[in-house]
Amino acid sequence: MDFSPLWDWFRWLNGATGIKLTIFYDSFDRWRFFYGFLTSVRLQATCLALSVVVGVVGAWLQGARSRILRGALQGYIQFFRNTPPLVQLYFFYFALGYVLSVEGDGGLRQTLVSSFAWAVICLSLYAGAFNIEIFRAGIEAVPKETVEAAEALGYSRLGAYVYIVLPLAFRISLPALNNNLVNLVKTTTISYAIAVPEMLYVANQIWSDEVNVPEMMNVLLIAYVSLVGVVVLVMNKWERALRVPGYVS
Amino acid sequence: MTEPLIRIQDIHKSFAKVEVLSGISMDVAKGEVVCVIGPSGSGKSTLLRCVNALVPIDKGSIVVDGQEVHDPKLDKLALRRKVGMVFQQYNLFPHKTALENVMMAPVHVLKQDKKEVEARARGLIKKVRLEGKESSYPGELSGGQQQRVAIARSLAMQPEVMLFDEVTAALDPETVKEVLLAIRELAEEGMTCMIVTHEMGFAREIAGHVYFTDRGVIVEHGPPKEFFSGAKDPRTRQFLSQIL
Repeated sequence: MDFSPLWDWFRWLNGATGIKLTIFYDSFDRWRFFYGFLTSVRLQATCLALSVVVGVVGAWLQGARSRILRGALQGYIQFFRNTPPLVQLYFFYFALGYVLSVEGDGGLRQTLVSSFAWAVICLSLYAGAFNIEIFRAGIEAVPKETVEAAEALGYSRLGAYVYIVLPLAFRISLPALNNNLVNLVKTTTISYAIAVPEMLYVANQIWSDEVNVPEMMNVLLIAYVSLVGVVVLVMNKWERALRVPGYVS
Repeated sequence: MTEPLIRIQDIHKSFAKVEVLSGISMDVAKGEVVCVIGPSGSGKSTLLRCVNALVPIDKGSIVVDGQEVHDPKLDKLALRRKVGMVFQQYNLFPHKTALENVMMAPVHVLKQDKKEVEARARGLIKKVRLEGKESSYPGELSGGQQQRVAIARSLAMQPEVMLFDEVTAALDPETVKEVLLAIRELAEEGMTCMIVTHEMGFAREIAGHVYFTDRGVIVEHGPPKEFFSGAKDPRTRQFLSQIL
């Protein structure tokens, strides 16, 4: 498909009104903004998936027999819930990142973990800590009689968790999970601070070069509204698909 | 005389400081139907829960089909395959249809072939007279219908003995009948049953042996005819006079 008439229109708009949307008519800006957008989507999708996995596994481990394991888990949750995500990110990138680096050419230190990977690790653990608490609330809302019925049918603790407790807890947790995941999508912008080339980061580069701060700010807002909109839409669809007739969760 | 299917000997169980079972013994032969009656809080439900190891006992012995339940190395799955249980509040899995509820445990726990299980499950649903309700969710069924699904769900594991824990207590009088009918048919087919109930008429009719428990002990027991017409213990007589 040929978009050049559209790009030309944006060029005309700039000439006529001074609204400078270079990301449409300048191929270099267009390319780097698109790349930033893709990086954001990749970062968000990875963190969403991993944080849910952390939540499910963590909520299961909260019922573990070992007190040491439960204590460690509680420590993790408290650490990630009670410190600012930006500070966590700095801690991972600058403190742990330094430890995990090697001497490279000319005395420069080479990091072993990329800034993108650090952002994924940190944000997944951050949102995962909240997800654990969200799922725990859902699990506690599953009647213990239902679990007892599963036990009486021969289910092990893990079997009952996978086939009965989790599917029910999930339905109960979905509204709260929704909120946390939306929050996570927005929080990915802080990876700007460790130079992950995501949307906010490239937007900053573009407005530094083109001096079009107001335009890029609007572009960013619209882009984030759409991205969060997609997440909300998918979650609502999911919620509806999981709805069980006659069961009020 | 052959070994009974269930042999309960002098079991004790306390929750915190309250002793709920204070030395209960009974034998249940294969194919026998026993009813346990008694006031609320007399330990009837706990007794049933001990038989399939949902509740561990403090002292005594329960042997089910040669397997000691009060054994730390107990294979719970093997025990629970043999012992089916139906609860007062049905406790169906609300996110699964009636058919799926019946199929789940044999497929997940016993790893049986899904097609075979489905055929058996459909048969069981028919048996409890719920044909046409296979794809209904528990929330769309009446209490009596849910309870019958729960019975079918237990039967799908092909147990040797069925435990019924006040299965009609949460139902209205009309739906009680259909559930009792399902149990009666089971009993007539020779299923070993331990039934905790407040339905005295039903107990009199179906039981081979009736036990009356109060405060954690068996006060009196006997065949239903003698038990209901000639109870000797004053506590039993007082209880029966209030109900009959």
